[in-house]
Amino acid sequence: MKPARFDATILTLCFAFLYIPIIILVVYSFNASRLVTVWGGFSLHWYQVMWSNEGLMDAAWVTARVGVLSATLGTVLGTLAALTLVRFPRFPGRIAFTGMVYAPLVMPEVITGLSMLLLFVAMNIDRGFWTVTIAHTTFTMCYVAIVVQSRLLTFDRSLEEAAQDLGCPPVRTFFTITLPLILPAIVSGWMLAFTLSLDDLVIASFTTGPGATTLPIKIYSQVRLGVTPEINAICTILIGLVTLGVIATSITTKRAELRRIRDEHDAIRGT
Amino acid sequence: MAKSLGPVKRKFSPWTDPAAVPFIRFENITKRYGDFVAVDNLTLDIYEREFFSLLGPSGCGKTTLMRMLAGFEEPSEGRILLQGKDLSGVPPYRRPTNMMFQSYALFPHMTVEKNIAFGLQQDGLPKADIAARVEEMLKLVKLESFAKRKPAQLSGGQRQRVALARSLAKRPRVLLLDEPLGALDRKLREETQFELMDIQHTLGLTFLIVTHDQEEAMTVSDRIAVMDKGLIMQVATPAEIYEAPNSRYVADFIGDINILECTVTDNAGDCLRDGHPPAVRLLSDGLQIAVEQDCKVAVGDTVGFAVRPEKVRISLDEPEKTGFNTAHGEVWDIGYLGDFSVFLVKLDDGRILRAAQANVSRLVDRPITFGDIVWLTWPLDAGLVLTR
Repeated sequence: MKPARFDATILTLCFAFLYIPIIILVVYSFNASRLVTVWGGFSLHWYQVMWSNEGLMDAAWVTARVGVLSATLGTVLGTLAALTLVRFPRFPGRIAFTGMVYAPLVMPEVITGLSMLLLFVAMNIDRGFWTVTIAHTTFTMCYVAIVVQSRLLTFDRSLEEAAQDLGCPPVRTFFTITLPLILPAIVSGWMLAFTLSLDDLVIASFTTGPGATTLPIKIYSQVRLGVTPEINAICTILIGLVTLGVIATSITTKRAELRRIRDEHDAIRGT
Repeated sequence: MAKSLGPVKRKFSPWTDPAAVPFIRFENITKRYGDFVAVDNLTLDIYEREFFSLLGPSGCGKTTLMRMLAGFEEPSEGRILLQGKDLSGVPPYRRPTNMMFQSYALFPHMTVEKNIAFGLQQDGLPKADIAARVEEMLKLVKLESFAKRKPAQLSGGQRQRVALARSLAKRPRVLLLDEPLGALDRKLREETQFELMDIQHTLGLTFLIVTHDQEEAMTVSDRIAVMDKGLIMQVATPAEIYEAPNSRYVADFIGDINILECTVTDNAGDCLRDGHPPAVRLLSDGLQIAVEQDCKVAVGDTVGFAVRPEKVRISLDEPEKTGFNTAHGEVWDIGYLGDFSVFLVKLDDGRILRAAQANVSRLVDRPITFGDIVWLTWPLDAGLVLTR
């Protein structure tokens, strides 16, 4: 076999391996038949069913609220943790703090979920919306801390010094200079946190309670009773949302890149 | 290029006036980082309206000294006085100094205009005043048409001007410049040096500049402090630093120089010319040297004899008097610099002496070339005895 053809074959196989399950899922969401594996013609029927399935819609709403709230809280805490790690090279317990910030990244989710559950039980807190939110905040803040920390490490401290030199006190310097410049990293941290919260099943199932079923839990429990095409429909919508997000991000990046090239061009011409 | 040069510069030397009060005083400043001593018990006076340079290799403590004045570092010992007021414990945002950073440190998310206005806004000035001052600053650095641009849309030279305008906008009593022209190419750097001097003169400010570029320091400064390993080696005007360095270190750091190790054979024994100081006679490995200089050296002392290449005459003909200040050797290498040619002459004993000759005629083939046997001579007042 020629090398080029060999490469093409490998590539096709990889893509097939990755995407055939997803394509099947999307295609069968438009199936008129009730049977998941038999094609009965094109229909948007299952989308209507999904829309009128109150349990599913409630779960989606809970997930959205948990996601937004925990991502926001996690971003605030994660950013503060990153600032502490980067800006204070020496304080008692720094090594322990660093380890503790990163630990949830490698901790098996089952253990995180279980320990959270035990904590809530010990503190006699009723499990529900708030406990899921707190649990998600805890594990998403480490991801935010890592994203923001890597930005802060490349941050030119002389910008802050320049601001202070021009008469700007430290706290105001943070809000007028530092924060606007690290904002892109904070936003990506937030998006990452939101996505992680959105698809978490394990931790949520440990820490949730009656009335606060998240979408992954709902889907999982429905699938156990048998797969209906309405699950395909809601998953298709989720895939669509994620795809839109990815496309939007890459367009913004591309635009910023183009603008940078144009700026450099202007700068050279303007000499 | 036609442009107004402003008022003619007058002689300026407050440091020679014993009654003059220093504007900035570094008093026994020591700065330690752990075991490392960055600045070692240093005392220095800078006068109002002075253009003062801190010159030295990287790691000599010059930047640390400047950052202590700006307030980014606190001295481990000693104090800094500005107009007699102790600056200890005053945070950077309350000091009447402004700094132009080596990296320029322009705020990338703000336009040129906003960058310049930043300091004025911190003082809570009325909007109209800020706008007027920003416009004045843009005019000063000739960037009026770039007000709405972001720093990324500017060339290196333009960014440097914005940084200068921003640090001048608040009319600081002292402007600190950290390697201000390091990132510019040679031509632009020379232009900017003269502009800096012009601005300093027009606004009547005190400038303190940190640089490792001796040419830059020589061009712009009223006085230069040459630093090494946290110590000041010499503080003097550029001419004094060049013509009368006080040590081998300073002599070697500034410009090109020949240094010969010698033994003193006679001091104050005779006057070789009427009305001139008596001559010190030295012997350097068979080479007899006489220097007209008042200096406290005794017979038998080991000293350095320093002479700049441009003060050494090179000739194919044997001079009339060959008793002293005469060396004989072979042209070993030639550096053609355009305006000057530098001849490396290998003496009979193997040492290399450098002689520079201005290329006054437009000849492509110079009369002296590789391998020629030449004579080097220098007058009695060309060289210098260095005891340190």
